[in-house]
Amino acid sequence: MARWIVILTLALLAGWTQAKEAAPAAEDPVLEARMLRIATELRCLVCQNQTIADSHAELAVDLRNQVKEMLKRGDSDQMIIDYMTARYGDFVLYRPPLKGTTLVLWFGPGLLLIGGLFTLFLVLRRRSRLSPDQFEADPDEELPAAPSETTRSTFTASRHD
Amino acid sequence: MKKLKFLLPLGIFLALAAFLLIGLGLNPREVPSPLIGKPAPAFDLPRLDDPGQRVRREDLLGKVWMLNVWASWCAACRDEHPLLVEMAARKIVPIYGLDYKDTRAAGQQTLARFGDPYVASLFDADGRVGIDWGVYGVPETFIIDRQGVIRMKHIGPLTPDVIRDKIEPLVRQLNG
Repeated sequence: MARWIVILTLALLAGWTQAKEAAPAAEDPVLEARMLRIATELRCLVCQNQTIADSHAELAVDLRNQVKEMLKRGDSDQMIIDYMTARYGDFVLYRPPLKGTTLVLWFGPGLLLIGGLFTLFLVLRRRSRLSPDQFEADPDEELPAAPSETTRSTFTASRHD
Repeated sequence: MKKLKFLLPLGIFLALAAFLLIGLGLNPREVPSPLIGKPAPAFDLPRLDDPGQRVRREDLLGKVWMLNVWASWCAACRDEHPLLVEMAARKIVPIYGLDYKDTRAAGQQTLARFGDPYVASLFDADGRVGIDWGVYGVPETFIIDRQGVIRMKHIGPLTPDVIRDKIEPLVRQLNG
């Protein structure tokens, strides 16, 4: 058992070390890290479910360079985000801003969940107050005489059909 | 009260279904541009056919014009090209090109081969002006009014329908 754990751990670690890609040889690692942090907040408009940091699309490369250039110039993160939204709209933001048009987006799922839970609560409470004879009997708990009774009645019923 | 119990879930279902149905009809590729109704971004670019001559945003103030973003490497641009040539021949609106992330030679060759519908093509080698205009795919087409305000953006290749039903009426209205 212990041997297996060691082998499995080693196997996992091997995958982990391999998955570590060579870091891009950036001339300024601090700037590169800041650029990547901003780029992960921005959506690539060509391949829409990727961030600008992930995407290999040419536009993403251009926009990463643009971000880098603005950082070199000394622009703040917010200035860069504003620059991008002015050109590509809120859609470029992976975290859409909270405003009138995005209220449903932000709170819709939560409201649906609360509504669903509330409905579930009401239904369960109502059911718990019903008397047992309102429910169909559990098949296991049926009386021994009952099955033959039912089969007979269904038999006659189907004959009438 | 009894009725409400049945109508409420039905109502919620119908509302959700309506949202999903509308969602199906939307094209996620068409991202609405925040630039519509805003002044066109400034540019100062050399002409494709003559690096010595530059075109600026200010040069085009006072007239309604169309900016068509294209490139020699863009296949969809090839599809819309005959329509642009036809628009230019009918003199619907002066068309300016923005040759986006292209080489001068390839751009000029394309126009020589397929016809040149542009009053002038601006040469945007590094795509910087493209970014300023919020271009994220080629082709894209903008209509700019006399005050230099962007009035319309079309994403993807133009079609006869778009030209007839959207561009022509808009240009007529802006010129009228």
